[in-house]
Amino acid sequence: MAEEPKKDAADVTDATPSVSEVETVDAATPEEAVAAIEAPVERGEPILQVRNLVKHFPLTQGILVKRQIGAVKAVDGISFDLYQGETLGIVGESGCGKSTVAKLLMTLERATAGEVFYKGQDITKLSGRALKAVRRNIQMVFQDPYTSLNPRMTVGDIIGEPFEIHPEVAPKGSRRQKVQDLLDVVGLNPEYINRYPHQFSGGQRQRIGIARGLALNPEIIICDEPVSALDVSVQAQVINLMEKLQDEFNLSYLFIAHDLSIVRHISDRVGVMYLGKMAEIGSDEQIYDHPTHPYTQALLSAVPVPDPEAREGRERIILTGDVPSPANPPSGCRFRTRCWKAQDKCAEEIPLLAIPERFAGQDTPAAHESACHFAEEKDVVHAA
Amino acid sequence: MGILDMPPGKIPQGEILFRGQDMLKMSNEERRKIRGRKIAMIFQDALSSLNPVLSVGYQLGEMFRVHEGMGRKEAKAKAIELMERVKIPAAKERVNDYPHQFSGGMRQRIMIAMALALEPDLIIADEPTTALDVTVQAQVMDLLAELQREYNMGLILITHDLGVVADVADKIAVMYAGRIVETAPVHELYKRPAHPYTRGLLESIPRLDQKGHELYAIKGLPPNLLKIPSGCAFNPRCPKAQDICRTEVPPLVPVTEQDGAELTGRGSACHFWKETIHG
Repeated sequence: MAEEPKKDAADVTDATPSVSEVETVDAATPEEAVAAIEAPVERGEPILQVRNLVKHFPLTQGILVKRQIGAVKAVDGISFDLYQGETLGIVGESGCGKSTVAKLLMTLERATAGEVFYKGQDITKLSGRALKAVRRNIQMVFQDPYTSLNPRMTVGDIIGEPFEIHPEVAPKGSRRQKVQDLLDVVGLNPEYINRYPHQFSGGQRQRIGIARGLALNPEIIICDEPVSALDVSVQAQVINLMEKLQDEFNLSYLFIAHDLSIVRHISDRVGVMYLGKMAEIGSDEQIYDHPTHPYTQALLSAVPVPDPEAREGRERIILTGDVPSPANPPSGCRFRTRCWKAQDKCAEEIPLLAIPERFAGQDTPAAHESACHFAEEKDVVHAA
Repeated sequence: MGILDMPPGKIPQGEILFRGQDMLKMSNEERRKIRGRKIAMIFQDALSSLNPVLSVGYQLGEMFRVHEGMGRKEAKAKAIELMERVKIPAAKERVNDYPHQFSGGMRQRIMIAMALALEPDLIIADEPTTALDVTVQAQVMDLLAELQREYNMGLILITHDLGVVADVADKIAVMYAGRIVETAPVHELYKRPAHPYTRGLLESIPRLDQKGHELYAIKGLPPNLLKIPSGCAFNPRCPKAQDICRTEVPPLVPVTEQDGAELTGRGSACHFWKETIHG
């Protein structure tokens, strides 16, 4: 390998001062880029680093002459790291940009601005062979197991299709065997290889989706609401399977969901999104037991806990109003229109995602990144 | 509600007593008087249960025009009043808006307003918040609880979310494959389930307030209602199933303490409820 990991002062000046600098890799040729992508990453090292990622969808007017009259700011400057072997949960309400983040990381959508570093290479700028190599290593499990499987293909074709695009993973003769192994891994009978998706239940279909995601031995799997379409009893089966596979194949998960209880169960770290921005990010204990952002607190307090004893003891924060439109978000802090702490400063200044000053340097679980001018710790999950 | 399509649906036996009267023996006209006025329903998906080509004010006013014979103006005034009751901001300006102009939470409020219109004695809410985000769900459930107290109504809440039930309900009935398998007061059910299905359900949900280990997963799949297993419908998925479970349908029997003391409101349809609750 010719390239040397070179420390560049990455451009992370504006939004998030506390995320670490990115070690970028300068790859002059596609061969070098592919080599860098194939290189292994130590457990606990960042494998995916997102910096100031932005995606705006233009709103246009006019039929013959289209004019841009605005933009839906689906994702508006978010930064986070995904470490090798961990699960990062992303939570938020509908329309906060969770799924757009997933699509951007998969390079299914092109980012408007910002960078996504995969092992030090900015994948938003890659193309050709290098991009193909990245895509092999980042796979996705989709939300709806009913629409994400082609009804006219057999299970064997669905799971084997990735091999057509990346034949180096499984030579032609061995594919059938490989698909059967995958079925076995996800807990389905390998003899089902010639069946069609409609012959399976929702939980089984999601297992097929997971098998397809695993086919190319990826390092990262992006799961966009993988269990929200399933029954509670089946949900637990799929979650357990995903945890087992993570240990077995040493996977990193980016787990996107709106169900906060499931995210707590599966994640090592959690990021809370609101209107295209990251409101708070930290370990699961920091976020769930010591949240400092008012939105996180409201969100957590709104989740019903399956324990009737808790209903008197827990403080409920009932937010007023709805999420504003991402086409026209409020100035300053985006949450201020629904926040009970909002002051003039919140309308004028965008709060940075950083460890709040009052907690900085302290050894408390409240010292994690939170984008609020008036961050305060408050336990809303447990009964007082 | 008596809005099941018949045919093909049919109720071969049983009775529905509302204030002592069997609703199944009533004529259509008689039932119509109860429906909406005494028993009202809130549906799951507000967008598809509201008519998209009529303004919400018109749809709310319809309750008063049809049931009370009010005039248009009067009905509209009533509609505005209702929208204020369910805390829709700027009700006066929004009364002529169409359903698509409202957000999900607001639409569900309109559904609630419609159910409340004639101040019924009983409201049946079928998954009223399933389509909503948690913060909005909390708003809607809060409103529903407040109005229930205010109007002193009965509420039948149909949901799959064990968290919502724990927050709202006084009594719970757990259903499996068309039968009630357990009934209990809310505190009792979560503390000491008396049916293996209830226990499995409770153990299979991840908790917000504690980091769990591996989730308990009920094996297998919910049964096909065309081929309900013989005996207890839960037997193929039950960890405790014995031969008797495959042959005999367990009746819903009262559950008692170990010493035989009565537990009010508790029942279980399991041959081995004693082992399940006490063991």
